[in-house]
Amino acid sequence: MLSWIPLLPFIGFAINTFGARRLPAKAIGAIASLAMFAAFVVSVVAVGRLTAQPADSREIVQTLFTWIGSADFQVPLALRLDPLSALMILVVTGIGFLIHVYSTAYMIEEEPHEYARYFAYLNLFAGFMLLLVLGENFLVLFVGWEGVGLCSYLLIGFWYQKGVAADAGKKAFIVNRIGDVAFVLGVLLAFSQFGTVSFRELNGVIAGLPAESSFGVVSAIALLLFIGATGKSAQIPLYVWLPDAMEGPTPVSALIHAATMVTAGVYLIGRNAVVFAHAPEVLTIVAVIGTATALWAGAIGMVQNDIKRVLAYSTVSQLGYMFMAMGVGAFTAGIFHLFTHAFFKALLFLGSGAVIHALAGEQDLRHMGGLKKELPVTYWTFLIGAIAIAGVPGLAGFFSKDEILYRTFAGGHQLLWVVGAVTSLMTAFYMFRLVFLAFHGERRHAPVAQGFSPAYPVVHDSHHAHLHDAPMAMAIPLVVLAIGSVVAGYLNVPAGLGGSAVLERFLEPSLHVPAMEGAHAAADHADHALEIVLMIVSSTIAFAGIGLAAFLYLKRTDIPDALVAKFPGVYLFLVRKGYIDELYDAVVVQPIKALSEGVLWKADARVIDGAVNGTGQIVVETGSLVRRVQTGSVRTYAVSVLFGAVLVVGYFLWS
Amino acid sequence: MGFELILFYVFAAIAIGTTLLVVVQSNPVYSVLLLIGSFIGLAGLYVLLQAPFVAVIQIIVYAGAIMVLFLFVVMLLNAPREELVTSGILESPATRTIGAMLAIAFAAELAWALNRSSRLAWTVTDVTRRPFSVPEIGRRLFQDYAFAFEATSILILVAMIGAITLAGRQLTEGARLKSRPAGDASRTDGGMAEGGRAEGGRAQL
Amino acid sequence: MAELNHYLVLSGVLFTIGTAGVLLRRNVITVLLSLEVMLNAVNLSFIAFGRFLGSSDGQIIVFFVITVAAAEAAVGLALVIALFRHVETLNPDAFRQLRG
Repeated sequence: MLSWIPLLPFIGFAINTFGARRLPAKAIGAIASLAMFAAFVVSVVAVGRLTAQPADSREIVQTLFTWIGSADFQVPLALRLDPLSALMILVVTGIGFLIHVYSTAYMIEEEPHEYARYFAYLNLFAGFMLLLVLGENFLVLFVGWEGVGLCSYLLIGFWYQKGVAADAGKKAFIVNRIGDVAFVLGVLLAFSQFGTVSFRELNGVIAGLPAESSFGVVSAIALLLFIGATGKSAQIPLYVWLPDAMEGPTPVSALIHAATMVTAGVYLIGRNAVVFAHAPEVLTIVAVIGTATALWAGAIGMVQNDIKRVLAYSTVSQLGYMFMAMGVGAFTAGIFHLFTHAFFKALLFLGSGAVIHALAGEQDLRHMGGLKKELPVTYWTFLIGAIAIAGVPGLAGFFSKDEILYRTFAGGHQLLWVVGAVTSLMTAFYMFRLVFLAFHGERRHAPVAQGFSPAYPVVHDSHHAHLHDAPMAMAIPLVVLAIGSVVAGYLNVPAGLGGSAVLERFLEPSLHVPAMEGAHAAADHADHALEIVLMIVSSTIAFAGIGLAAFLYLKRTDIPDALVAKFPGVYLFLVRKGYIDELYDAVVVQPIKALSEGVLWKADARVIDGAVNGTGQIVVETGSLVRRVQTGSVRTYAVSVLFGAVLVVGYFLWS
Repeated sequence: MGFELILFYVFAAIAIGTTLLVVVQSNPVYSVLLLIGSFIGLAGLYVLLQAPFVAVIQIIVYAGAIMVLFLFVVMLLNAPREELVTSGILESPATRTIGAMLAIAFAAELAWALNRSSRLAWTVTDVTRRPFSVPEIGRRLFQDYAFAFEATSILILVAMIGAITLAGRQLTEGARLKSRPAGDASRTDGGMAEGGRAEGGRAQL
Repeated sequence: MAELNHYLVLSGVLFTIGTAGVLLRRNVITVLLSLEVMLNAVNLSFIAFGRFLGSSDGQIIVFFVITVAAAEAAVGLALVIALFRHVETLNPDAFRQLRG
């Protein structure tokens, strides 16, 4: 039964691919969405069956066939459902379904076969993602890993006629690839040292080892896997593809770059919690990089003017939080934040999509404003999402982010906590900056003659756009996600607030780490008082951020420009994303290009082509030499006969 | 005996002399006739070598039939005179060098072979031994060499068919027939086909 | 008495003359004639060997050589006639169509 979960989207992909030119648009959207809904239903049933099992041995395994069978190395194509992957498949299929429905309206202005292509890719992506989270071993996961990378490329570059989009797709794929190299090396190392690629076996073997105090094999494996995760989940140093990925259609950004694919890295660490727990040094690296990424991305996000870019950097930042959580050993907290983040980030992206749709392609915040009145549904759902991400108490983001910060502080990483708190402030700030700029105040139109090139196929003059709120197919997912953003947090209300931490208990068997049991117990029984204090601090920070944004963008709107004028260097640095892309280009891309071209022209063209052409040339030359024997003259032939006779006679005379 | 030696030299001189002229002089008709002379010289040598049967066969078949055939063809084609040493191929120094080298090698080999053979001890059979009689030769021919004999007869048959096919008059139009300059214009095939082959003296080419 | 060697030398000389004729003459018919000369030279050496080894094989072989020479001359001359029809010349250098 498990195999149906990824299979249904694949079937949707197949139908939409082959029926691209024959089915009407409505059918295509319906088929794709139906595939997702069916997968969701099957997921729910499967999870239901899972929970029916006793709590400490919850798993369902389905082996399809032996994929690789060669002597000692046996790898089955197997799917395994345990609490962690249960959560993931519900997120992927549930939110995926909502996004499919949303897309049916958003992409409606595409050509029918382009429409079909979009949904085919979307289904394909979902199928691979499900394969990723259901994989029983590294190799099946890797199939999904690569598959989502591919689909990410296909979908980011969906409007491939636009050079920028095509380039963004390539960038995403290539940067991912770099991470993938590390990933594969990590898997190979694990296999060579421990003889298995199955998660269960590997975790079992490593659990029996003591935690490493220095950088040993387990640490190496963990580090390599983490580098792979940074590629997929856009952490430093491989995050550069995600902002550019906004060239893709907005629902794609919502699904892939908010809710699912980028979470694959976090999932990877959670899946291998045992490995990471036995490599404390690597965990520290994870935490530091996660926190640094969160801060850095938050800073950049504060000054971006494209609505989607703000959200993109926000995603990178929130992912940083998740890695921070994993790094301090709070695996459940990280996964919890993944869960809640999926809801509100998808909501925010879809909301921004509705705004862009209404403005017929405008994405620049400086040209928006006053949309609150004209797009009510969009506004209110968006607001809920913003409140959730800011960490206002009562909504989902509060519970998950707070849990992370608490664990960080309680785990002794006060410095990281401080940085995390500052980032929280930034988060609230930039989020509400976006809300106020886009929805409040007066409308600021773009100059008519300006040629903007948004990631939207049909561009009308924004003056004459019809400002209609989101159509039903777009509105309903927004509402559903808004509800989710509110209630999802109640899944894991911590004991400190009198809750029962349902999720934590649920995920316990998956994320159970013997070596860290001591730490967990300590954290659990610790200060409920501390917990509440920190909660109050977080809430204060959230409100402070919102207040600051309101002040700067509602009341004294002259101040932002004044600040820009006063600190032009800092501003420019942040707006230009810290010149990281330029740095990478100079340090990595150009040398490789030069090397490749050198190899091309010198090695390939001269040596290899030379050898091949040379061989041909030799044959031709020899041929023209030899053909001179064919003089066509009878007498020459007679001479050659005589010549041969002389040789033969000579031979006989000799011997 | 000295007599035999003198005869040898006489016939040898005839043979070499005529052969040389065959190759050297330019008129093909003369060449054919001189070759016949060469055959006569050789026939004499054969008689000296106790092979009168072969000598006679040589005259009858070779000189009498083959050379006549040559003569026919020479006259049919009205072969013109030509110069002996040619320009063209011999002009290029490469050819001359190769040719000279080949000739020297060839001559050297001949000399060497002769030298070796002369150092072998031949048991010269009795000079007075009588020549082989025709029945003896016939017996050898039809018993030991029967297969070769039959094969040769087939060979002759094939050669005959081949010669007729190759040289036969072309009955279809489209072949490039050159008419004789005497004005026998090539008419349509009707006339030619009816003309038959042996009719009317000069064959139309 | 004439020794075997005399005959062999004579045969060699005749063979050489024939070869020279084959290679150097510009008239196809004369070339064929020179070919006959070469064959005759060989015949002479066969007969000589036959005589001096006391075997009749030499004469038998000559018998066959003459026959084959006849057949070859017939076909060769037929070829010459066929060629002459096309090119109107007896110069072997004129036939160069098989030049590679």
